[in-house]
Amino acid sequence: MSIKNEYMLDIKSLRAGIAEREILKGINLTINPGEVHAVMGPNGSGKSTLAQVLAGNPAYEVLGGSATYNGEELLVLEPEVRAQKGIFLAFQYPVEIPGVTNAYFLRSAYNEIRKARGEEEIDPLDFLDLIEERMKLVEMDSSMLNRSVNAGFSGGEKKRNEILQMAVLQPKLAILDETDSGLDIDALRIVAGGVNALRRPDNATIVVTHYQRLLNYIVPDFVHVLANGRIVRSGGKELALELEERGYDWLLDAA
Amino acid sequence: MSTAIESLVNREYQYGFVSDIESDTVAPGLSEDVVRIISAKKNEPEWLLEWRLKAYRRWLTMKEPHWPNVTYPPIDYQASRYWSAPTSVKPLQSLDEVDPELVRTYEKLGISLNEQKFLSGVAVDAIFDSVSVGTTMKEELAAHGVIFCSFGEAVKEHPDLVRKYLGSVVPYSDNFFAALNSAVFSDGSFCYVPKGVKCPMELSTYFRINAADTGQFERTLIIADEGASVSYLEGCTAPKRSTNQLHAAVVEIIALDNAAVKYSTVQNWYAGDAEGKGGIYNFVTKRGKAHTNSKISWTQVETGSAITWKYPSVILQGDNSTGEFYSVAVVNNMQQADTGTKMIHIGKNTKSTIVSKGISAGHGNNSYRGRVKVMPRADNARNYTQCDSMLIGNRCGAHTFPYIEVENPSATVEHEASTSKIGEDQIFYCKQRGISAEQAVSMIVSGFCREVFQELPMEFALEAQQLLGITLEGSVG
Repeated sequence: MSIKNEYMLDIKSLRAGIAEREILKGINLTINPGEVHAVMGPNGSGKSTLAQVLAGNPAYEVLGGSATYNGEELLVLEPEVRAQKGIFLAFQYPVEIPGVTNAYFLRSAYNEIRKARGEEEIDPLDFLDLIEERMKLVEMDSSMLNRSVNAGFSGGEKKRNEILQMAVLQPKLAILDETDSGLDIDALRIVAGGVNALRRPDNATIVVTHYQRLLNYIVPDFVHVLANGRIVRSGGKELALELEERGYDWLLDAA
Repeated sequence: MSTAIESLVNREYQYGFVSDIESDTVAPGLSEDVVRIISAKKNEPEWLLEWRLKAYRRWLTMKEPHWPNVTYPPIDYQASRYWSAPTSVKPLQSLDEVDPELVRTYEKLGISLNEQKFLSGVAVDAIFDSVSVGTTMKEELAAHGVIFCSFGEAVKEHPDLVRKYLGSVVPYSDNFFAALNSAVFSDGSFCYVPKGVKCPMELSTYFRINAADTGQFERTLIIADEGASVSYLEGCTAPKRSTNQLHAAVVEIIALDNAAVKYSTVQNWYAGDAEGKGGIYNFVTKRGKAHTNSKISWTQVETGSAITWKYPSVILQGDNSTGEFYSVAVVNNMQQADTGTKMIHIGKNTKSTIVSKGISAGHGNNSYRGRVKVMPRADNARNYTQCDSMLIGNRCGAHTFPYIEVENPSATVEHEASTSKIGEDQIFYCKQRGISAEQAVSMIVSGFCREVFQELPMEFALEAQQLLGITLEGSVG
């Protein structure tokens, strides 16, 4: 390892947008292994854009700045390569794939990631054991495995399914994009429980959320407030509580 | 669509080779003389020649149909050849006598005519241009009383059966292409399963067009006697040629009381090149007649042909009979398909199911055309139709033309339709999970077709899935 300070994720002056509209206007953020960062902010502040850009959604355009992941330039990599290198995005709106079973989809993803690491594909029966164990984390029953990916799932089931995928794929950097939106309190507890169970000293999590509520369950090390495409305030977990009490306006005025 | 959905390859059509086989061909053109020559070459009985001539005379009075949602330049029926047969093929020859070059041709197509290498559990009738070059597993089938042979052989060996059922489901006057076929049909497969017999293996016919400027007009006749059952598969390929070739076949199925026939097609005729030059015009009439308590099921995977015009149908004649149609039709590049089914409910408590999956990519144009007709006496008839279209890219088209005619108030007819587009969001979702764009498309398309693939016999389901992957290569990027 080199002596220089190498973050897991190092975002510098990142600017990005969609359809010729600049949304991120210079984001600076560093993340180390073992940390949980919450990214908060009002609607339209660019939280989801940040998540999508880090995952490589081609609908978004990078306009400037840089992001390195374990020292490697991230923004030039194809989305599947980022995934294979351990970046996982839990989607705010998980996509439906009719006719493709959850089990088949997950096993394909798992095997692709293994192949990229030069490991052998897993035997389908061994995979079944693995997935059944992980399903307990999110309190899903095995009938979900033979249902089509997200098709006809309730909002809560979709979000739990995202966390199940995360539990199976074991990412190094997980980005949860508004995973709490649309969840009732029980589903929220289950989802948060799954995320907490997966926390390890060598992986990091970015929790994108509008509300402080989720952070009662997933306790962050750092909280960042995004407003109008910039991080306007960073702090510890107490910042989230302050936002809960005072709203976002006082920060927007300051920005 | 971004590059993610535009550039997933275009693998070559792998069956586009031409075999160097010495052939006996009839000069291009169509006349009563040509009909007589074909009949004479096959040493046919007088009644069959008469039937052909009636068909020919009827054809002369008919007009080529232009209601399908496809476009092509006028066909010059005098420019095509109506007979081409490898000179080496002798009537009623055994498999050992088949020309080695023909054996090699079929081996390249993945079909073994060598007794030792038969695909286990499948009997094959291999049709090359106008004639059958051999039928495998005949003895074993004969032990069960099952007759499986070329049409020409059936005319000689089982004339009563042929005469009784030929044209009984698709009369020669049925439509323009059926009349043409009835006049000039060359060979095809014949199958008869006797009373109460469950055919012990899959039967299949493999059609190969080789000769240039030659049309293929084969005729298949399948009869399942009372209580009998059979599963039948048809495969087809042709060389890559820059001119269009006509394939106008007729398939007739008769399911007598309590019988069941399952007919599966994996159609992979040459589709023409990316600019739409060449390819087969596949203008085919397929129909079955279902008697009391019987069942006829069509499953088709249509990936080839420049133009497909095809409506495998069931006449639900007997009470409690069942008709099914499961279809995947794929068009890419400049391909056009107008395909679907007809379910005619005549008997009481008849039931039909239609599941159609159309996939359009490139500049392809895909139409589903289906007709559900419930006749006045068909009490409690039921139909369920599901018709789904998937678009890949934004230069292709999908169309649905359902015709529903109900003349009995106790009928239940359901029609569901959907159109979807392989979305950037689906591809990105897969990629974010580590899955490449190609794999994502093949996964999404297979998922879309799942209900149809699961109707295919196991080995063929796999083949169909691979074929779909090849056909769609290049359509996504």
